[in-house]
Amino acid sequence: MTQFLPLAAAIEEYVADGACIALEGFTHLIPFAAGHEIVRQARRRLHLVRMTPDLVYDQLIGMGCASRLTFSWGGNPGVGSLHRLRDAVEKGWPSPLELDEHTHAGMAAAYCAGAARLPFGMLRGYIGTDLTEVNPRIRSVECPFTGERLAAVPAINPDVTILHAQRADREGNVALSGIVGAQREAALAARSLVITVEEIVESLPPAMNSIVLPHWVVHAVAHCPGGAYPAYAQGYYGRDNAFYQRWDGIAREREGFQAWMQRHVLGSRDHREFLASLEGAA
Amino acid sequence: MSGYTRDEMMTVAAARLLWDRCVCFVGIGQPSAACNLARLTHAPGIVLIYESGTIGTRPDVLPLSIGDGELAETASCVVPLPEIFSYYLQAGRVDVGFLGAAQIDRYGNLNSTVIGDYDAPATRLPGAGGATEIAAHARSTFVMLKATRRSFVERLDFRTSAGFLEGGDSRELSGATGAGPVSVITDFGVLAPDPQSRELQLSALFPDATVEEARAAVGWPLGIAAEVGRIEAPSAAELATLRELHARTRAAHARPVHLPA
Repeated sequence: MTQFLPLAAAIEEYVADGACIALEGFTHLIPFAAGHEIVRQARRRLHLVRMTPDLVYDQLIGMGCASRLTFSWGGNPGVGSLHRLRDAVEKGWPSPLELDEHTHAGMAAAYCAGAARLPFGMLRGYIGTDLTEVNPRIRSVECPFTGERLAAVPAINPDVTILHAQRADREGNVALSGIVGAQREAALAARSLVITVEEIVESLPPAMNSIVLPHWVVHAVAHCPGGAYPAYAQGYYGRDNAFYQRWDGIAREREGFQAWMQRHVLGSRDHREFLASLEGAA
Repeated sequence: MSGYTRDEMMTVAAARLLWDRCVCFVGIGQPSAACNLARLTHAPGIVLIYESGTIGTRPDVLPLSIGDGELAETASCVVPLPEIFSYYLQAGRVDVGFLGAAQIDRYGNLNSTVIGDYDAPATRLPGAGGATEIAAHARSTFVMLKATRRSFVERLDFRTSAGFLEGGDSRELSGATGAGPVSVITDFGVLAPDPQSRELQLSALFPDATVEEARAAVGWPLGIAAEVGRIEAPSAAELATLRELHARTRAAHARPVHLPA
């Protein structure tokens, strides 16, 4: 049975200190509201997993929620650095961050393996890169048929994956469309799956090739309009590219970052208040 | 034609290397501008793939990120990310991969991971993303990077993506299936690998650039090809198309986003 919960209750129930969590969404449908709620509930020692940490993990890292990061590209897309991620890696502030670094193709293979409950993902990858020198979890296997050496990465099976999607129906089936990244794989790789949605509808139209996560794999749904902002939800609102550009200045210094998080995230009870706090704050 | 910047010349020179109907895996930033300029000028049938899973996209404005909604809305199809990397890239269905980086060495190997030591970096860069496998499996790669002694280096701080590795036939022996970096477009001209040693050498210069300038900007003793071509200045049409594209992009990115009530 899918539970329909307020977001705060879903985070309370499913995200424990020390958990391995994946908030996926490749640029599109990034679960920002869920990330903010994790900050409000002050979770600690999280192992964060995400192909592109984006602003949402910059915030979690800068607020001291994380001790480990599995990722493949950690920047502010089209803008530059994630300053809080950099500060954690370069200076250990606010706490050291252990890196488990991959390539996109490697992480995609690891999620696919996780979804299929296979022990490792395999690819013709990591060729000629020093990543294999610094990450002992990137190994190789020999093809039993041809003898070719192929790269192997351990399956990713998060304790909980959190996604944002466009719609859920009353049974808990969840539909998402547009750029879908590796969300389906991250969802099915997880032990628990929590999804925030723009809208809850009576029933979803039959889906042939679009992505639906069926209700029995979805543990909890939280109704959270605007939950991907400043990322976007195709069909609902666009990506706030100007905010992504402003984030470079907001997050550059520790004090400015903390003041912003205090005012807009910790100072808001929920995502509705968070969005309201940004009105006129630019 | 006079009055254009070196940035514009780089973008135009890169765009001219692309051909109609080629299948191109696009990196964000200057490569994205070059690929879309090609599409809007001489290569209307170019198939642009962004790693977010958008295939055959025809954006009206340049995306800020690799996954802006504009890319999905104007694509022939949008597929899950694992498909892009396994069924298209790894399977050899991409003609050109377009990469940037923070550092490049004489064999076209790239660093986009760290400056300094990996465990205690002076500067932590974003990392590999799609680059390592694009560099390995695109049938050929183009690299775009401005040249300074800090970016065109004798020795990389970290090798994120393979060019010709140690030169000679070392790339072929590595299992990389694509031909590697066939063109490096920088802000004085274009470097291309020597057919035997695979060391990058100067193969063409921008209209107002010199061999001395090129040598001064590169951190290894730069080899010069037997014949160094001269790249034509941007045409009026190329410049106008590029500037209109950038103007549309600036306007679109400044537009406020309204959330549904």
